[in-house]
Amino acid sequence: MTTTISVRNLWKVFGPHPEAIVNSPDAMLSRSELRKKTGATAAVRDVSFDVGEGEVFVVMGLSGSGKSTLVRCMTRLIEPTAGEVLIQGEDVLHADGARLREIRRTKFSMVFQHFGLLPHRRVIDNVAFGLEINGIKKDKRYARAEEVVGLVGLQGYEQAYPEQLSGGMQQRVGLARALASDPAVMFFDEPFSALDPLIRRDMQTEVIRLHEEVGKTMVFITHDIHEALRLGDRIAIMRDGGLVQVGTPEELIAQPADDYVANFVLDFPKSHVLTLRWIARPATSDAELQGPALPANMVIRDAARTVLEVDGPVRVMDDGALLGVVSTEEILAVIAGAQG
Amino acid sequence: MLQRLRTQRGPQLALLLTLWVVLGRLFAGNWTFPLDRSSLTPFHTWLGNGMDSIDANRNTNPIMSNVVEGIRNGIDGFVAALQNLLSQPPAGHQFPLVGWLGVIAIVTWVVYATANWRVATLAGIGFYALGALGFWTESMDTLALVIAAVVIALIIGIPLGILSGLFPRFEKLMTPFLDFAQVMPTFVYLMPVALFFLIGPASATIVTLIYAIPPALRITAVAIRGVPTVTVEAGTSLGTTRWQLLRKVQLPQAKRTIVVGINQTIMAALSMVTIAALIDAPGLGQVVVQSLQKLDVGTSFQAGLAIVVMAIVLDRATTAAAAKVQRESVQAARTRLRRRLGLGIGFVGVVVAVLVSYFTVFGAQFQGSGFIGLPFADAMQAGADWVQLHWSNATSWYTDLISNWFLNPLQSALVGTPWFLTGAVVLALAYMFGGPRLTAVCALLLAVLVGTGLWSDAMVTLAATFFAAAITIVLGVFFGAWMGRNHRVDSILRPVLDAGQVLPAFVYLVPFLGLFGATRFTAILAAVVYAAPASVKLIADGVRGVPQTIREAALSAGANTWQVITKVELPMARHAIALATNQGLIYVLAMVVVGGLVGAGGLGYLVVAGFAQSSLRGKGMAAGLAIVVLGILIDRITQAASQPRVRASIGNGH
Repeated sequence: MTTTISVRNLWKVFGPHPEAIVNSPDAMLSRSELRKKTGATAAVRDVSFDVGEGEVFVVMGLSGSGKSTLVRCMTRLIEPTAGEVLIQGEDVLHADGARLREIRRTKFSMVFQHFGLLPHRRVIDNVAFGLEINGIKKDKRYARAEEVVGLVGLQGYEQAYPEQLSGGMQQRVGLARALASDPAVMFFDEPFSALDPLIRRDMQTEVIRLHEEVGKTMVFITHDIHEALRLGDRIAIMRDGGLVQVGTPEELIAQPADDYVANFVLDFPKSHVLTLRWIARPATSDAELQGPALPANMVIRDAARTVLEVDGPVRVMDDGALLGVVSTEEILAVIAGAQG
Repeated sequence: MLQRLRTQRGPQLALLLTLWVVLGRLFAGNWTFPLDRSSLTPFHTWLGNGMDSIDANRNTNPIMSNVVEGIRNGIDGFVAALQNLLSQPPAGHQFPLVGWLGVIAIVTWVVYATANWRVATLAGIGFYALGALGFWTESMDTLALVIAAVVIALIIGIPLGILSGLFPRFEKLMTPFLDFAQVMPTFVYLMPVALFFLIGPASATIVTLIYAIPPALRITAVAIRGVPTVTVEAGTSLGTTRWQLLRKVQLPQAKRTIVVGINQTIMAALSMVTIAALIDAPGLGQVVVQSLQKLDVGTSFQAGLAIVVMAIVLDRATTAAAAKVQRESVQAARTRLRRRLGLGIGFVGVVVAVLVSYFTVFGAQFQGSGFIGLPFADAMQAGADWVQLHWSNATSWYTDLISNWFLNPLQSALVGTPWFLTGAVVLALAYMFGGPRLTAVCALLLAVLVGTGLWSDAMVTLAATFFAAAITIVLGVFFGAWMGRNHRVDSILRPVLDAGQVLPAFVYLVPFLGLFGATRFTAILAAVVYAAPASVKLIADGVRGVPQTIREAALSAGANTWQVITKVELPMARHAIALATNQGLIYVLAMVVVGGLVGAGGLGYLVVAGFAQSSLRGKGMAAGLAIVVLGILIDRITQAASQPRVRASIGNGH
């Protein structure tokens, strides 16, 4: 998989003399100590990660953890203090004004928590806004806007004004606007936090569907662990401006880096994410190797029925090689342990 | 922390006041700078001579003859062109180019186009009423000046406002000028401006600009800053240039608020244009000023009513236009088509009316001028005469009571106390509320005030200001608390207060002149009526802003209504009350000074006298300066008092 986004040692410090804080011992102080000592706040601290092409990369953290600042630094809505952001190999942070606009118009787009729709424009003009900015002729940009309006399920609402739509529908407009320029990367800044839980689920499904259809690289900010686990190919957990852990949903749940991460995933039903690989144990006797074979990357929830129905343990196979066995006890430990 | 600082202030203030009263009594009448009305200090003579030399060098000094005269001729020409259209026949014509019929048709159509047909009808009828009241030409003169001032004010104010909204640093640069222009009582810039630009339309337009640009600028800045950050970010993230962002994202969303700013600008301009009658601005203000000076109650009512009518029409039209800007966006295509059709048909009618008004005497000259106005003036005069005949016992009982028990003791205390004693109290207050920096500023201001040689007159003005402001605050707290907790009262009172705020200041003198004649009470009561709406609304909003849960918490703890008001709502609204006090004092000062026109003494009288007698010009100028100093002193100290110093120590969040 080729790398689309590469973030290296990114810093954002608010307050007096921000450059002095970067990489200094002070930066390792707690937030309130740093503030007391220097009057500055390190919103993003030495963050590095890569996002592969077509990957959905979720940044997850509580409010104040710096995740919104991080995404704004990557798009330069906020100027970072130090570091490097490469998108398709191009250094975004050193682009001049004209080049930055060009990158924004063609390479990436952004979906916002409070939609950011223009109230004086109809849906179709909101969707076509980015194309209009880019100087694309009216009939051409309307044709493209119609196309993405169809993609997000907004047919029939082209002539409506944003305030006539529900929150979920408004965010579909936001999605369409971001898709219109056919960018390589889409940034989502807590796009569904302002929506009701049921609508939120719908919209998540919509994003999953869109991702399957258009296959964009996505960077998705959220404070909702369920959303993160549902959407993310990989998840970065953020705290106090720094990354605590980066990994697949499975890795976070099976091997949380610390108590902070463990606390996040505590309530999440592990059996929905973990695969048999994580609970396979060596067989104790040949008798245990008589059961049916299941693939190692099968989610435990899906394997549960088979394991519980057969008498002995099942074999866990990884590319034809025997990884181990799983019996009823292991399955029950995961499912019952979810609450403990 | 907050509590501790506040409770410390009470005893300090009481001690200060007691000291001032006791020592003032002890030294009463000494070091008070008394000055006869016609006496001059060397400073006044010097000012007068300076003004004379400016007059003398008008044609020889290059700056005067090029820059100042250039501006004057340009503005005069602009106003004259508008007057030729509306009010004054151009050379070779018998009537102005657009007669009354044409003007009414244009006004109605424009209001229909920018607002709706209901307000358009009101505008048409209102403008007809101007003629029916007998002041068509004067009204059109006023309108021409208002248009000239508003056009220039918007051309200057909106771009500067946009810059202020975009660049906080630029705004910081503008703020002191705006504060100064708004705190200064309108009355005082008349003479300096007239000195350079001579009396007449140019000066009238310029003083109006000083007063009308700040609201245009401020509200535009607020509008630009009020555009939701997320839409700006969304636009930026799509790759807009700065110019695209402004034109396609920020301005469209700021439009509605900017139209509100235009409304404020128009109302400020109308208010100032009428006052500018004192420096010979043509129009309705002239009629009011002349009849006030002749104590002709009937005519002043008649002209006052015409100003009110014009104010209401302009206010309603622009308010409705602002409301429409918002609604328009979601209008269905069909209603839009119907409107366009209506506008098109209307436009044909306008063209016909304008042609008729150009080619026929019927359309050019208002028919039946004054058929409502003259009987109205007679009735008002008769009413005023009747009141003075039959109620004079009641009004004089009332004025005696207030004079003897409140106003005279207050005035004699302020006037009779040695200047350095009062000055020391002012400095102590400045130190208590604002620290050393404010104290230094106030010391400088006090020195200027003493230097004007008008200490005694300033104290007379101050007494009237304090008294009127006290009444204003009492009214403000009473009605404010009532409105704040009762929606029905709010919905009844608010339109009245809104209407009260849009009327030009010195219209308020008219009814009280009928009741009290030419006395300081006329000025004081007019000041109260002028200042009360702002105070009441500020306090009402403060009380309304008290979170419902806190009110409920007090009620569930068993508090009765009185306790809720005095222990929860008013304390929590104290910032609003402090602000209302500040605004009340500034408004009252502005109006008390205008009261110089109708027999109130003090600084206002001296300014008016300076206009009337050229020998008193320098003194009038000094009085204007004293008013400015007084205004800034009052504003700075009350503003400092309304912002507790603890703010710095709470520091949290960014």
